[in-house]
Formats: sequence, C-alpha cells, structure tokens
Amino acid sequence: MGQRGNEKVIIVENLTYAYPTSKDFVLKKVNFEVHRGEVLAILGPNGSGKSTLCKSLNGLVPHFYGGRYGGKVIIDGQEVLNTSVSQLATKVGLVFQDPEDQISGLALTVWEEVAFGLMMLGKPKEEIRQRVEEAIRYVGLEGLEKRSPFELSGGQMQRLAIATVLALRPDVIVMDEPTAQLDPIGKFEVLSVIEKLANEGSTIVIAEHEIEEVAYFADKALVLFNGEVIAYGPVREVLRKVDELKSIGIDPPSVTELAHAIKKELGLEAEYPITLEEAVKIYSELLGVS
Amino acid sequence: MSIIIETKDLWFRYPGIDTWALKGINLTINTGELIAIIGQNGGGKSTLAKNLNGLLKPTKGVVLVEGLDTKTTPSHEIVKRVGYVFQNPSHQIFESNVFQEVAYGPRNLGLSEEEVKDRVRWALSLVGLEGYEDHNPYDLDYGKMKLLTVASVLSMKPKVLVLDEPTTGQDHAGRHLLASLVKKLNREGFTIAIITHDMRFVAEVAPRTVLIADGQKILDGPTREVLYTVDVLKKAAIKPPQIVQLSLALREHGFSFSSLTLQEMLDEMRKLIKNP
Repeated sequence: MGQRGNEKVIIVENLTYAYPTSKDFVLKKVNFEVHRGEVLAILGPNGSGKSTLCKSLNGLVPHFYGGRYGGKVIIDGQEVLNTSVSQLATKVGLVFQDPEDQISGLALTVWEEVAFGLMMLGKPKEEIRQRVEEAIRYVGLEGLEKRSPFELSGGQMQRLAIATVLALRPDVIVMDEPTAQLDPIGKFEVLSVIEKLANEGSTIVIAEHEIEEVAYFADKALVLFNGEVIAYGPVREVLRKVDELKSIGIDPPSVTELAHAIKKELGLEAEYPITLEEAVKIYSELLGVS
Repeated sequence: MSIIIETKDLWFRYPGIDTWALKGINLTINTGELIAIIGQNGGGKSTLAKNLNGLLKPTKGVVLVEGLDTKTTPSHEIVKRVGYVFQNPSHQIFESNVFQEVAYGPRNLGLSEEEVKDRVRWALSLVGLEGYEDHNPYDLDYGKMKLLTVASVLSMKPKVLVLDEPTTGQDHAGRHLLASLVKKLNREGFTIAIITHDMRFVAEVAPRTVLIADGQKILDGPTREVLYTVDVLKKAAIKPPQIVQLSLALREHGFSFSSLTLQEMLDEMRKLIKNP
C-alpha cells in the first residue's frame, strides 16, 4: 500500500470489448487512468458495462471470456492482453458482488480461506501465517478464524472476501458492487473497511450504487452508460452533473441534487455539497443570509 | 376503513429453535393501506411477513386474513388473498417464458385458458411488461425480472401484496420504477406491505411504517414520525434517508425542517426564503 503519487498504476486506452455471445460491444472506447493511492468510483446503471470493466482489469476479460477486444489495459506497466490471469492475480485483486462467488468452498475455516490463495502461490508457511493474521485483523474478523465461511453473516462474508484479496497484497483492489447484496449493517461494515483502505493509500477501483457513501472516499468517478464513458473526472465535478446523471438513471447524493434544485427552482446559487457535513454548512449559511 | 389483515398477540418460533422470532405482535392493516415494515435482519420482519400470507403459521396467537384464521383455513384460500413477492427473483422464476411464468398461478387455480390469458395480459400491463410475453425470463434485466415476479403474483388477483426487499440489487432506475409501480398498484386498490431496508424508498412511497426489532413491534405510525424518531432508529441500527439527516442537522442550526423527500425539503426552503 503505497503513497498517492504520480505513478500510473492503471492505464486504460480505447478499451473496446464484446463477449463472444454479445451482438454489440459492451465497452466502447473507454479511457481512464488511476494513480497509485487513488480511488476511482465506477458509476452507472445495471447493464452499463461496470462488471465487464472490472473484469478487464484483472484479465478475466479477455483471457477467460474470449470475445472481441480492442485497445489497451496496462497494469503496473504490463499490458493485460499479454499477461496471464495468474500473473495478474498478484497485481489486481477482484472482489465480487456476491461473496459466495468468491469463497472457494474448499476451506473449512475463515483462516484457511484467507490462506488459500497464498498456499496456491506456494508462499512459505511463516509468511502465510503473518499475512493471514494481518488480513483478518484488517477487516475485523478476529475471533472468527475457526468458523466456517458459510456460517458468517453477509457483511462478514464480504469482509472475508476482501481479506482473501488483501492477503495477496495486490497493487490494485477492484470491487464490483461489493455492498449490493448486503443489509444495512453489512453495508456499513464493508464500506468502513473500504474507507479505511482508501484513507491508508490503497489503489481502488469500485463499482457501487451507494453514491452517498462513495462521495466520502472516492477521488475520481467514471460514469458508464451503454458501455460508453459519459463523464470522468474528480468525484466532485462528476457528481455535480445532476441533470446528466439523472438522465441515465443515476441519482447523485440527495444533498447534491438539492443544491441543483435550489438553483433551478429558487434561483439561488449555492455550492454543490457532496456529503452531509458539507451540506449542513452550505445550507445553514444560505438560509441564514437570505 | 375495514381491516384486511390482523395479527393478535402473534408469537412465532421456528421448529427446533428455543428462542422466539416474534414475541406478541399486534398489527392491523386496513384495506387499501401501503405500509413499510423495517428493521434489521434477524429482528423478525421477514418472519412477520411470512405469517401474513400463511407461509408460516403462528406458534401462539392468531393471524386473520379477511377474518380467516391462517391456522385453520386451507393455505390456498390465504394465498389467493395475500400474494408474496420474494426478494430474489431467481428464487421465484421457473418457467421458460414470461407468459408461462405469469400464467402459472391462475392455471393452478383451475381457471379457463381464456381467463388465464386475460389475467396474464392484465398483470403484464399493470407492471409495464406488455410485449415481453415470449421472452425468456432470464434474458430480462434485473429490474424487469423483478417486475415479472410482481406480475406473476398479481395474476392471482390477490387483495394484498407483500413485497420482500423489492429494491435489493436494483440500480437507481430500478428503484424509481418500483416506487412508481408500488404507488400505482396501491392507487388501483391493492393493499401493500413492503419489507425493506431502503429508507429512501420508505420515505418516498409508504405513508405508514412499522419498526420490528428483537421480535417486537417497536414503532408503528406515520412514516414521518417513525423516520424522525432517530434515537429509537439508532438503537435498531437504522439510518434515516439523507434528507431526514439533513433536516435534523439544520434543526440544530435553528431551522425547523421536517422533510422526508427532496421535493418536500425544496418546498420548505422556498417558504423559508419567502417568509424568513
């Protein structure tokens, strides 16, 4: 987990892709970059290509799925097209939407599940022990090491999935809607871990519908619609494009949308907040002086 | 107002488990109401919902559906009146095309093929899936799949619809679609109970909200009152929608907001600016 810097960990250039079975391209000339320590949020309605884009970063697209592929994805200077999925596994860790898809089903305990990937990589025993303990502690599952993964709650299971990825110490963590299937407690648990990772300098790409939460920790946002990039830039700049977002079925945070409505309907100019705390400050000042 | 569902001192525990999932719930739902049932997982809200349509039957106490005791009335009489839409559409869908899926329930009721067709047409048009009759349910996007499961319950012409976590896994567009569908069905006369974690959805669609925690009914009243009872909600680990949080924070700055939705807050601001 390095410091934020100018080093580009991910470069995506004109990425265009179609699955073998899809008529149309599901990604069309997608361009973006992620620097070390940055968090990029991928926003977009279901079916816009978010999952496919996530899978293009760890090489599942195109190595596992096949299909028509154009453009480039470069991770740590290596082009995904010329790098095997197993080589990429130590560079890019992918957290799936449904934690049950991630759990190997082979490990009897939480501890073994986290150790599984490291064993596959043939790491020495002592290193495995250290990394497993560290990853379990990081996601707050201490005390549950001996549980079966399938006895965990949704939030615990998704944190386990994150731990299995962290144990491999990837350069980039990619998360595909990691909270979509969780209840509010589970969402809170998982988002807290993600926020901690973000604050401590991990490089993260996250597809997520919980925009009000993402606004707290994302640096940049990329909006996908029908496989095309509709908007890309600092998260604040993207979220203030209220009309554009709503026209493709994305709701910005309520507090941001409110500023837009105040401007349009009441003719008052206010700054656009993206978090609750910013909103309280902006609106109390606005109402105080008017 | 007539009562359509009533639970009287409803206690429930699952076979082989010592602890009570529901502890003496008294709940009355009137014909034509639209209510949200909220609460954390494991608190009992899904167990309560399944007691409302006879999927589960009370261990102690009584559940009455249009006056019929769910314990002594044949299940099909209850299911006909109260339709249940499961959280995960793929747990409910098993036919190979949309028409067959929606026709399944009414066919099971032994209706004529003519009547079955009429009902399928009616149900699909209510949810806005006309024209999809020949599609494979699994080719539909997740939002439409959800609409299909609603249609396949509607085709039974129940009076009450119970929706279990309708917005889980939906994107924002799917949520809006479901919100307008739920409001429309309620206007058409259906009584609706929604089990949900989605507080923004609750604020936008349900006039009444019931909080279930630890097997008990903790709050039951107008949604505005319930979502503003923050201390109780906090104990149940429920975060109100962002607009409610903003209203509460602005109250601390001396402004008297009580909005549930963005539109309401905009209207309140408009008044405040005109008459400071």
